[in-house]
Amino acid sequence: MAEEKKLFKVTIDNITIEVEPGTSILNAARKIGGDVAPPAMCYYTKLKGSGGKCRTCLVEVAAGSTADPRPMPKLVASCRTNVMDGMIVKNITSEKVIDARNGVVEFLLINHPLDCPICDQAGECSLQDLSYEHGKEATRYEFKRRTFEKHDMGPFIQLHMTRCILCYRCVFAADQLTDKREHGILDRGDHSEIATYIQKSLDHDFIGNIIDVCPVGALTDRTFRFKNRVWFLKPEDAHRDCPKCNGKVTLWYRGDEVFRVTARKDQWGEVQDWICNECRFEKKKTADWVIEGPTKISRHSVISANHYVGMEVPKETLPDVMGGRKPKLLMNIHSVSEVNRPGIDLSKIEGPAHSTDFVEAKNGS
Amino acid sequence: MGRKLLLEKAHVEGIRTYEVYRREGGYRSVEKALKTMTPDQITDEVKKSGLRGRGGAGFPTGMKWSFIAKPEGVPRHLVCNADESEPGTFKDRYLMEFLPHLLIEGLIVSSFALGSNVTYIYIRGEYAWIVDILEQAIAEAKQNGWLGNNILGTGFNCEIYVHRGAGAYICGEETALLESLEGKRGNPRIKPPFPAVKGAWDRPTVVNNVETLAAVVPIINIGAEEYAKIGIGKSTGTKLISACGNINKPGVYEIDMTISVEDFIYSDEYCGGIPNGKKLKACIPGGSSVPILPANLLLKTVKGETRIMNYESLSDGGFAKGSMMGSGGFIVLDEDQCVVRNTLTLARFYRHESCGQCSPCREGTGWMEKILKNIEYGKGKSSDIDLLWDIQRKIEGNTICPLGDAAAWPVAAAIRHFRDEFEWHVANPLESQKRNFGLAHYADPLESVTA
Ligand SMILES: Cc1cc2nc3c(=O)[nH]c(=O)nc-3n(C[C@H](O)[C@H](O)[C@H](O)COP(=O)(O)O)c2cc1C
Ligand code: SF4
Ligand code: SF4
Ligand code: FES
Repeated sequence: MAEEKKLFKVTIDNITIEVEPGTSILNAARKIGGDVAPPAMCYYTKLKGSGGKCRTCLVEVAAGSTADPRPMPKLVASCRTNVMDGMIVKNITSEKVIDARNGVVEFLLINHPLDCPICDQAGECSLQDLSYEHGKEATRYEFKRRTFEKHDMGPFIQLHMTRCILCYRCVFAADQLTDKREHGILDRGDHSEIATYIQKSLDHDFIGNIIDVCPVGALTDRTFRFKNRVWFLKPEDAHRDCPKCNGKVTLWYRGDEVFRVTARKDQWGEVQDWICNECRFEKKKTADWVIEGPTKISRHSVISANHYVGMEVPKETLPDVMGGRKPKLLMNIHSVSEVNRPGIDLSKIEGPAHSTDFVEAKNGS
Repeated sequence: MGRKLLLEKAHVEGIRTYEVYRREGGYRSVEKALKTMTPDQITDEVKKSGLRGRGGAGFPTGMKWSFIAKPEGVPRHLVCNADESEPGTFKDRYLMEFLPHLLIEGLIVSSFALGSNVTYIYIRGEYAWIVDILEQAIAEAKQNGWLGNNILGTGFNCEIYVHRGAGAYICGEETALLESLEGKRGNPRIKPPFPAVKGAWDRPTVVNNVETLAAVVPIINIGAEEYAKIGIGKSTGTKLISACGNINKPGVYEIDMTISVEDFIYSDEYCGGIPNGKKLKACIPGGSSVPILPANLLLKTVKGETRIMNYESLSDGGFAKGSMMGSGGFIVLDEDQCVVRNTLTLARFYRHESCGQCSPCREGTGWMEKILKNIEYGKGKSSDIDLLWDIQRKIEGNTICPLGDAAAWPVAAAIRHFRDEFEWHVANPLESQKRNFGLAHYADPLESVTA
């Protein structure tokens, strides 16, 4: 037997785990799961060189390692910083992190069109989730938002640059999945944009995957545009014998009709296996596929709203983060509040409830 | 008068040509270094000299050199950073234009020390005519056996190539520079790995500023000890300062880092005072990225000591009460200058030059510019000042490269020291369009400044 590999001990938000050397803080935190995993808008496990850009995954390193326990002077991008043995990391337990992350989310939103009601990505958008967790209800930005013309990158993909957060994932995906480079970033700063060279179309067999890696609705499937809302669809895992890819996909049904085909995604929203354009855009009949069953969907996702099979209850980490103490925020209102009286069933009171109804209850009626 | 080590011969007729440069003692350091010293001895000498990087960060050069990885069979590179695009900084331009051979000489010695057989000069694209000057100097050096194969019979081979940038300030950041040198989009890399381990084409690389590499020549010629005697503390040797703004004699000056800021501004040998009898209001002492200081904090530190033109003294008081030596771009503002307008100009620059990779810098720089524009043009609100502060705070320290910080610091320093000027703009939208806030209390003795 080979000698056991030395593992690194790392403590993230008071939870200690052991991981292999070379693991990033983000991946270590994902191992713990739940709220301890920082949000990642640009990192993508399968894409070499990705990460480091969006800055949503910033964490505080309170101690670098057992050997050198000094804290790191700045917050670091957890997706691009590897753990050391004895490292102590603070994510949701660090006020600095929360403050910086709120800042990053605000930055990502100031020029975003916020057109979720007409965006195909709504319901499965990482930026929506991020703003839900960290965004403010009002904006401090009072200027005209940046806009771009939409363009079609060939028959299957539409680029709506106005929504792009410049995570570079599609650039890495296109570079790494295809043999020649046809798309990249033009210009710089707040005027930079994703573009093909003079609006050429992208027509590689695997290019459809850039739709799946896009965290927002900047790259959408033209064969699905405006056809349906994702939360009305039911995802089913399916496969077929495909000569080009391994043919493992998710079919998105409404009734008997397949509205779209995507790659399968893991719990962090990352594609498990790249699929080819033929599977994605041309096989939209149930007869093309062998159905495996309902896709597992997180209970937090709106997609789970209309079907309760295959729902996954997300991991609860808060009690561990708090070292066994019960989080104050999640107190039981019934046991603390004098106003609410759990013993009274409002629906059984005739007519509108009056304060007297409660007084009576208190008096032990 | 301060001692000159770099610009001493700048005005000798024909010094740009090889013959004159050589006649004036040029290339002696190459002879000394290649024939009598080992690469490690040169690095040690540079360490002992106390030379600090002249590109902005002031990192000790000898130490940087000693970090370079030396894996077997992998080429190493020296890259000279001649991208000089920081507003207010134009010292490298002067040095390259007048003394191209001094840079080439420094490059040969440094390449030998680092084992770089192929060395690059990455020069900002707008310096097109200097490319010709440098290429001419390289050709002359090669004709005379200072470059090429088996230099001086030592077996050391070295070629120098000049690479033109395409007009991006960000390509002065060392890892963006390397990307651009490799022919890619000039986005800063995420560190680690550092260039000393994986630089150009993933090979160990040292990036140094033009002035840093030129300073290697006098260090070898006069010896590290002699060099280190000049200056004070950790500010050894001489420093080129490019002075501009409201002064009588803008230009590039070589100082020995013992002179006071006040003397530098007012003495006839240097800036020659402020024109038209105007008073000093503020100064950005080290290029656009460093904090602006009001006159009273510029000339004296908070401890009441005279502020000296060197690394330690300029940064005395930290960011709250001091500034930085930076890249030596000394910008003087007289009583007629508006700090709000100046800050807007800088914010516009950083917004335009952000590479756009990371969200805080890409979005924050544009936001700050828009707010500053409102304040400057009489459309500001008093909450805008706090908002600006909050935005810069959320950019600083949270980005991939220091451009984010460089965009945040000028805004932070302007609000920190000149908040009442911002408030005056907001409170007097019409009047602020007609006149400036003026000197106000910014030159008053420190005691009267409320903290
Ligand atoms: C945005 C940005 C622009 C920079 N521009 C320059 C430049 O034009 N010239 C330069 O020498 N250093 C520049 N630097 C600093 C370099 O990254 C690097 O620190 C320097 O070239 C190292 O040389 P030195 O150690 O000799 O100072 C810049 C840094 C940043 C962040
Ligand atoms: S189009 Fe999508 S994947 Fe590409 S950079 Fe923009 S947000 Fe990222
Ligand atoms: S800080 Fe600005 S310039 Fe530097 S990498 Fe980020 S976006 Fe680019
Ligand atoms: S996910 Fe780490 S910086 Fe974007």
